[in-house]
Amino acid sequence: MFATEFEYKKANSVSEAIQLLSNDADAKLMAGGHSLIPLMKLRLARPGTVIDIGGIAELQGITANNGILRIGALTTHAQLAESPLVRDSARILWETAYGIGDPQVRNRGTIGGNVSHADPASDLPTVLVAMDAKFTIQGQGGITRRGSRTVAAADFFTGAFSTVLAENEILTAIEMPVLAANQHSEYAKMAHPATSYAVVGAAAVVTMDGNTCTVARVAVGGLTPSPVRGQSVEQALVGQELNAETIAAAANLIDNDLGSDIIGDIFASAEYRRAMAAIELKHAIFHATGLAHH
Amino acid sequence: MKIQVTVNGKAHEKDVDPRTLLVHFLREDLGLTGTKVGCDTSQCGACVVNMDGTTVKSCTCLAVQADGSQITTIEGLSPKGELDAVQEAFWNNHGLQCGYCTAGMIMTAVELIDKNPNPTEDQVREGLKGNICRCTGYHNIVKAVLAAAEAKRS
Ligand SMILES: Cc1cc2nc3c(=O)[nH]c(=O)nc-3n(C[C@H](O)[C@H](O)[C@H](O)COP(=O)(O)OP(=O)(O)OC[C@H]3O[C@@H](n4cnc5c(N)ncnc54)[C@H](O)[C@@H]3O)c2cc1C
Ligand code: FES
Ligand code: FES
Repeated sequence: MFATEFEYKKANSVSEAIQLLSNDADAKLMAGGHSLIPLMKLRLARPGTVIDIGGIAELQGITANNGILRIGALTTHAQLAESPLVRDSARILWETAYGIGDPQVRNRGTIGGNVSHADPASDLPTVLVAMDAKFTIQGQGGITRRGSRTVAAADFFTGAFSTVLAENEILTAIEMPVLAANQHSEYAKMAHPATSYAVVGAAAVVTMDGNTCTVARVAVGGLTPSPVRGQSVEQALVGQELNAETIAAAANLIDNDLGSDIIGDIFASAEYRRAMAAIELKHAIFHATGLAHH
Repeated sequence: MKIQVTVNGKAHEKDVDPRTLLVHFLREDLGLTGTKVGCDTSQCGACVVNMDGTTVKSCTCLAVQADGSQITTIEGLSPKGELDAVQEAFWNNHGLQCGYCTAGMIMTAVELIDKNPNPTEDQVREGLKGNICRCTGYHNIVKAVLAAAEAKRS
């Protein structure tokens, strides 16, 4: 299968990429190409120009400073999964990256491309909402134009395959707080057997004082157009001693947060996915708190 | 667009249409037909080649993205005609039937063993997740990869 014809341009810096985007209404950025190329081959995407940002050095790199883990947009899933810094700072992200697709998908796919594509079945959006990540976005400078801005993960996703990114903006980095020793995190998913995409995914980050939960952030995805934060679940967890009963009771409340827009397809109906959300979330919290093991 | 790619140690400079997939460039422009197209949808791994040290599905990579890179295909594993350790292990363990998946399987296995010289059976199965075989049932492929890892260690 071949894409429709397009012009290919390689950007060497973020500013060059923004310049190229701003001058061409029919242009699309390409990072790893592992969502864009399949779409172009199916001709569901037909950009007139492809701007390859895959070689931009300033979009690379993983650092942790002053309690903040910063990940460049071009970081591949394999780089996340192989990074001791990510393992020690945000275990949930490290483990989730390893569960994406297969080795070749992880070698090419990037965190920036994954979230910008905003596929409801992607794993990272759900995890980044639970981690309270902040996305740094670069647009065109100047007085009347937007320069750099930062958007919380929960506000970045606006629906299936849609985000707050404007046509001439680039996601440059993702930042999140480094987890402390008493903060535990886990992602659990019901994976599509062919692709590993999430049919239902659930992420939990809990802060513990002994056996008692003091702060909780949970999110589910895969079954909704974009990740949904489980505020009812969080409220039920806080102040509780976490055990099989309290976790199950809290996880069941996710139904209150899901809303009515639930995805159903030939693989899994909306009713089924809805029922699985509480189950996956329960798994995530169990594993995070060490009450269950893989 | 002009691209420069080094494939199996040999430098090439070619003019390509930007929409040319890397797999078609290798097969049709360079005549390296060891790399196969199975699904053409990033799922089966028949098209796996090594680009700058890591494996990629060449049906999901544009030839222009490979500009300036070093590529190894199945043909490059045994430049002098002898078998490489992984190829030898596939041969000895009957790790193939029709052979359609084999080039991709071997390219994935080479990277797997490079990264993890002493893999467990589970790690081998996990590492071959992106490679589908319609014939063997995987058992002998896994055996072959474990045997290749052992051979490389000793
Ligand atoms: C077989 C297969 C299995 C997969 N399984 C999973 C899975 O289990 N879980 C999962 O989460 N994902 C999965 N994926 C998706 C994979 O993670 C993709 O790599 C990822 O979604 C896209 O990243 P990319 O770098 O390849 O983006 P690209 O394809 O290059 O780009 C995707 C989109 O994002 C835009 N974009 C890219 N980078 C930026 C940026 N920095 N700023 C602004 N816009 C940008 C592009 O313009 C494009 O619209 C799978 C993919 C395949 C092919
Ligand atoms: S042909 Fe590339 S993955 Fe199947
Ligand atoms: S040997 Fe036939 S597809 Fe694997």
